[in-house]
Amino acid sequence: MTTINPACRALTLALGALVLGIAFAAATSASEAPKPKAQDWSFQGLFGTFDRAAQQRGFQVYKEVCSGCHSLNQVAYRNLAALGYNEDQIKAIAATVEMQGGPNDEGEMFIRKGKPFDKFKNPFPNENAARAANNGAYPPDLSVITKAKPHGSDYLYALLTNYKEKPPESYWVDNDGKPIPPAKRKWPEGMFYNAAFTGGAIAMVPPLAAEAVAYQDGTKATVAQMAKDVTTFLAWAAEPELEERKSMGRKVILFLLALTALMYALKRKIWADLH
Amino acid sequence: MTAPSEPPQASSTDGKPGIIEQAKDWIDYRMPIFTFMEHELNEYPTPKNLNYWWNFGSLAGIVLVILIVTGIVLAMNYTPHVDHAFDSVERIMRDVNYGWLIRYVHMNGASMFFLVVYIHIFRGLYFGSFKPPRELLWWLGIVILLLMMMTAFMGYVLPWGQMSFWGATVITNLFSAIPWIGDAIVTWLWGGFAVDNPTLQRFYSLHYLLPFVIVGVIFLHLWALHVHGSNNPLGIDRESAKDSIPFHPYYTIKDLFGLGVFLIFFMGIVFFAPNALGEPENYLPANPLQTPAEIVPEWYLLPYYAILRSVPDIAIPFTGIVLMKAKLAGVIAMFGSILILFALPWLDFSPVRSARFRPITKQLFWVFVVVCIVLGKVGANPPNLAVFSGIEGFKYIHLGQIATTYYFAYFLVLMPLLAKFEPTRPLPQSISEPVLRDRDESGE
Repeated sequence: MTTINPACRALTLALGALVLGIAFAAATSASEAPKPKAQDWSFQGLFGTFDRAAQQRGFQVYKEVCSGCHSLNQVAYRNLAALGYNEDQIKAIAATVEMQGGPNDEGEMFIRKGKPFDKFKNPFPNENAARAANNGAYPPDLSVITKAKPHGSDYLYALLTNYKEKPPESYWVDNDGKPIPPAKRKWPEGMFYNAAFTGGAIAMVPPLAAEAVAYQDGTKATVAQMAKDVTTFLAWAAEPELEERKSMGRKVILFLLALTALMYALKRKIWADLH
Repeated sequence: MTAPSEPPQASSTDGKPGIIEQAKDWIDYRMPIFTFMEHELNEYPTPKNLNYWWNFGSLAGIVLVILIVTGIVLAMNYTPHVDHAFDSVERIMRDVNYGWLIRYVHMNGASMFFLVVYIHIFRGLYFGSFKPPRELLWWLGIVILLLMMMTAFMGYVLPWGQMSFWGATVITNLFSAIPWIGDAIVTWLWGGFAVDNPTLQRFYSLHYLLPFVIVGVIFLHLWALHVHGSNNPLGIDRESAKDSIPFHPYYTIKDLFGLGVFLIFFMGIVFFAPNALGEPENYLPANPLQTPAEIVPEWYLLPYYAILRSVPDIAIPFTGIVLMKAKLAGVIAMFGSILILFALPWLDFSPVRSARFRPITKQLFWVFVVVCIVLGKVGANPPNLAVFSGIEGFKYIHLGQIATTYYFAYFLVLMPLLAKFEPTRPLPQSISEPVLRDRDESGE
């Protein structure tokens, strides 16, 4: 045993180190979709909460820009109370849209004003209508969009701020990495170049231009500002429970830490008589 | 319980047993459930030297209870229909009181269940808990693992997101690899000609049923456990009464402390990173017309997925004659990677249970653990992606093939060879004896 052991040990250790090395390298080099640049968000971290002013400005951006094409099916007007709007304001916001109501006592359908209990009005009656109006592309519902993408909030911000006039030279390479001569370059019709979008060609018209909205609180409506605000709004739409979740989580973890410390003390005490 | 030694509080004046004590005796005389509980949960003799790796069995049981309780509440609010499932889950997240908490606990609870069960299995592997006389106990554990995988897979389909739909499509399609009758079986599983509403509804029904089957098998697992009792880090049998301590209070408090540590980890994820373990794509509603760029299962199934994709066509060299298509071979390898565990008591027939006394086994075990993690990494990446950004020729498929080879070689080649030829260190005389010598060992 004493003679064979060191050799075996060295062999297995070397093998183990090799495998570990591969595992580590594999963990660090996997090149998936480009990771969006991390932004500083009010709602990140253990103590994060949504910046109310940014949420309200973001709602304005959604309402005046995004909602022309994108639905927000899971959110109701009444949910806007979380942004700091009062009941009358919410009623007024809901009343700006027309919903189909009915049937009434005569069995007729009718058009009525939106109510706080209504979900956000869908800009298109169905998917086909949405595609017909958008060059064949279907603008996705935005209710959980920040949860549906890796690093969702950072991704959304990167997408909204990375439209470029035309793709860079490095974009024009074929599958083998060879450059494509200018004569053979074909840009898909009706598409736009976005550096943050997988594949680069996106059907969405660049949605944000400077001063696209007039902020009521006087904030300058730069593209970056609007992108940040609307992302904050949509992050709330995706995770309306976030503030309550984190606040409860802090208490739960503190309680568990205290309880576990007690359990440890008790364990030490009970086991003491064995040793 | 039996023969109260001091008068119960309820009737301390006349010295007779109290009403509760009398009721207990009345029941126990007719069905000795209290004697049973006293015997199996209180005085149940347990090796005195169990370390913290022995906490994970009871943790698994507790996580299962958490999953069943949260699952029952979710079922009250969920609609198993392709047109409503996704929206009903979002309604749970937004409008049901604490629905977000219940769903996040359930969702992450599934991950936690696999995590603690995998540690539990690795512990059994390291300390030889599958060896005589605990083979049945080990087999029942593998049955539980298989049931867990089925349950988790079907549960993942229920929110009817993109990964739900495409995961269900990929996994059910595996059965089409079975020669001749494969396609008919897939149609039968689906209840139609594609993954659709009938599939969702039967998966929902089975997802509710199987956890209770798991509870039943756990009962058998515990029954088998309590016949010969727990194995221990030394892997030697208990000789005298000195080697054992009653389960209560020693291991109840040790398990409770471990539970506290575990819950801090679990709740940390639930409250602060509830979607970290999941695939973002599943927050997009299922769309049968749009295949996701990468279809990947949840992390706890990734190693099997890697094995499935690692196996090439089985052909006779230099002739080009294909004996078995890669798909069928892959499916066999994937199921084989778990079924092989059933044969463990014979593949590793060494009489020494604990790897502490088996220097080579100990190190190859840790290589095996790393290989399983590597397989998980392989399963999460496209097969044709280069592992290292500088070396284009070495792709994940190759890494997967190396890891898969080790996975099977570990069981089929290394284990029998080690069992026969490995020089083992001398075993201690008893559990009580080696306490001092044990202290200057590091590691486990």
